[in-house]
Amino acid sequence: MNSPGVALRLRVEEKNMSKTVIKVENLSKQYRLGLVGTGTLSHDINRWWHLVRGKEDPYLKIGETNDRASRGNSEYVWALQDINFEVKEGEVLGIIGKNGAGKSTLLKLLSKVTAPTTGSIKAKGRIASLLEVGTGFHPELTGRENIYLNGTILGMSKAEVSSKLDEIVAFAGVERYLDTPVKRYSSGMTVRLGFAVAAHLEPEILIVDEVLAVGDAEFQRKAVGKMKEVSKEGGRTVLFVSHNMASVKKLCSKSILLDNGVIKEHGPTEFIVNRYLSKGSLNEKPYLKKKSYQIYSETILIKKIGYFDKVFHFTFFSKVLHERIAIVCKIYSTDEVLIFKTSTSPIWSTKNFPMKGECTFQLDIKQLNLIEGDYYIGLEVTSPNIKRILRIDNAFPFTVHYSNIYKGSKRLRIGEDGFIMAPHNWKKIS
Amino acid sequence: MNKLPDNTTVEQWDTIITPRKSLFELNFKEVWQYRDLLLLFVRRDFVAMYKQTVLGPLWYLVQPILTTLMFTVVFSRIAKISTDGIPPMLFYLAGITNWNYFASCLKSVSGTFRSNQGIFGKVYFPRLVTPLSIVISNMIKYAIQLLLFAGFYIYFEFVSSTAQVNAYALLFPLLVVLLAGLGLGFGLVITSMTTKYRDLIFLLQFGVQLAMYATPVIYPLSQIPEQYQWVAALNPMTSVIETFKYGFLGQGTFSWGHLAYSFCFMVALMLAGIVIFNRTEKNFMDTV
Repeated sequence: MNSPGVALRLRVEEKNMSKTVIKVENLSKQYRLGLVGTGTLSHDINRWWHLVRGKEDPYLKIGETNDRASRGNSEYVWALQDINFEVKEGEVLGIIGKNGAGKSTLLKLLSKVTAPTTGSIKAKGRIASLLEVGTGFHPELTGRENIYLNGTILGMSKAEVSSKLDEIVAFAGVERYLDTPVKRYSSGMTVRLGFAVAAHLEPEILIVDEVLAVGDAEFQRKAVGKMKEVSKEGGRTVLFVSHNMASVKKLCSKSILLDNGVIKEHGPTEFIVNRYLSKGSLNEKPYLKKKSYQIYSETILIKKIGYFDKVFHFTFFSKVLHERIAIVCKIYSTDEVLIFKTSTSPIWSTKNFPMKGECTFQLDIKQLNLIEGDYYIGLEVTSPNIKRILRIDNAFPFTVHYSNIYKGSKRLRIGEDGFIMAPHNWKKIS
Repeated sequence: MNKLPDNTTVEQWDTIITPRKSLFELNFKEVWQYRDLLLLFVRRDFVAMYKQTVLGPLWYLVQPILTTLMFTVVFSRIAKISTDGIPPMLFYLAGITNWNYFASCLKSVSGTFRSNQGIFGKVYFPRLVTPLSIVISNMIKYAIQLLLFAGFYIYFEFVSSTAQVNAYALLFPLLVVLLAGLGLGFGLVITSMTTKYRDLIFLLQFGVQLAMYATPVIYPLSQIPEQYQWVAALNPMTSVIETFKYGFLGQGTFSWGHLAYSFCFMVALMLAGIVIFNRTEKNFMDTV
């Protein structure tokens, strides 16, 4: 079937000769928008009539790529279209993309929650999916009972759960509450218990959806650590979906970038993440072009952001007069670490500016000394009573090349060697 | 799995996910692998039911007792419907206990997809585990209610000894299979059909009520004129209830033909139900 979308068949580099454990071929999923009603019935009858006469499903031909922002003409959309990829044994594959890019649909298909419209997925070994923590927890049952219930739902046998019960309880840190109904647990405890059960599954393939975005910082570290251990030591294959670029980078060697239901890129995580973050801003042209941001019924739009002659330029356009606005500029690394922040507001020891019509602001940073790598700028415009007028976290990506203010010959790497360089001296004093 | 002619590159896949299953691809092996889950579901349903109650499982007895009393007053005392000489309490209890097992299986199973969409949407396990667990956990309730029936039975034996248990009572295991199978079969069909169009749910609510009156629960089949009895026997539940009463109470109508009909009906319904259920489970998350 020919699809309007671009199908990219990218081959995973044959670095290790280990066997392929997941093979996805021409996978597509179509959804019908709107309500299920009498219209659905007439479509069903029509579909059945085509089937009886041995014809193709008439509604599979139509359908558009799933761009949720623009209004389409068809009631059918392709949430995924012609997805092809392979995963090797022991690989940790990250799946990233904007909201609505099809990540969750892909995971749902992989975990057999719903069936594809066309195409196939082939896998070797037991698949366990973790689209949610604590699936099937019953509030009236005790922690212990729920561990058994949740474990068996996820595919363990009762004996397996029994043998791991102590580990699970210790990992979740809920010894004291083990025989208390789960409804008395704090939400954090419930989540920890759920994750603990899932972390002790031993499938050959583990599918994980953003579950790490729960719990406190300590637990998140523990969870990421556990996931790493599972893939490294257990040699298991993990598919991991997340919006948290830092944990994707930490966990995954390879990644897939999904956009509007098609695979845009497939390759080493570092590369994909950077591409995603820069894409994010370039793709979302509305930020820079069409759409203006209307918050508090005031309108400001960014017309241009640029870097000329070692100075950043920001051009805004405002219909109404803003007496005193402050511009906040933040520099992030691609894994969302805020490195530098500055503002025109008086509390940052400069001053507020008036703004009407087209105004260009210049930011000259004399010595930031960023280590070479990719960064991006986030912009905010606020009014004096700290009302935020505009905020774009991902306004301008940029790359720093060949920067090294040190005398040494070591090539500095972003993250590993920090983010900034500072003029300094070492001296032996005793 | 396709066997390719050259066997050098034949790859063995454990799982193959494709758009549609073939009609009769019933994976009972998989259900068996998940037997622990099945039992834990049964346990959950049973335990969660009486948590934080004082009487616990005794609550299962309240409903049949009150219903029996009600029926005794209304149908026996006021409407004066014959019970073939059996003490009315015993007669109604026999009918209600069996009917309730069928009805509660039917009602719960027909809600399988809707009430479990939370779990079904997040994790895969053979969906058939859920309706099977419903049938089994209802069986526990049924067993408790049968104990009540046994209690009444012994009491009435002492008082009047009109009821006579006979060899046909040995058919009881078959009757349980029939009750469970019919409830499960109808339920599977209904739950599959209501994932997309919910219309049937409204019918189900009072349909089960009405069906009870179309089945000889509160009256004996012998009350129906002989030339119309075959119409009543078209209802597969008729012979089940009648056989139970015939075997344990010694009164009623028994016919191997009717029983065989019910059995065939049950088998056909179960097969149809499982096939439809299997087809639905693949995509119901998109429409439920």
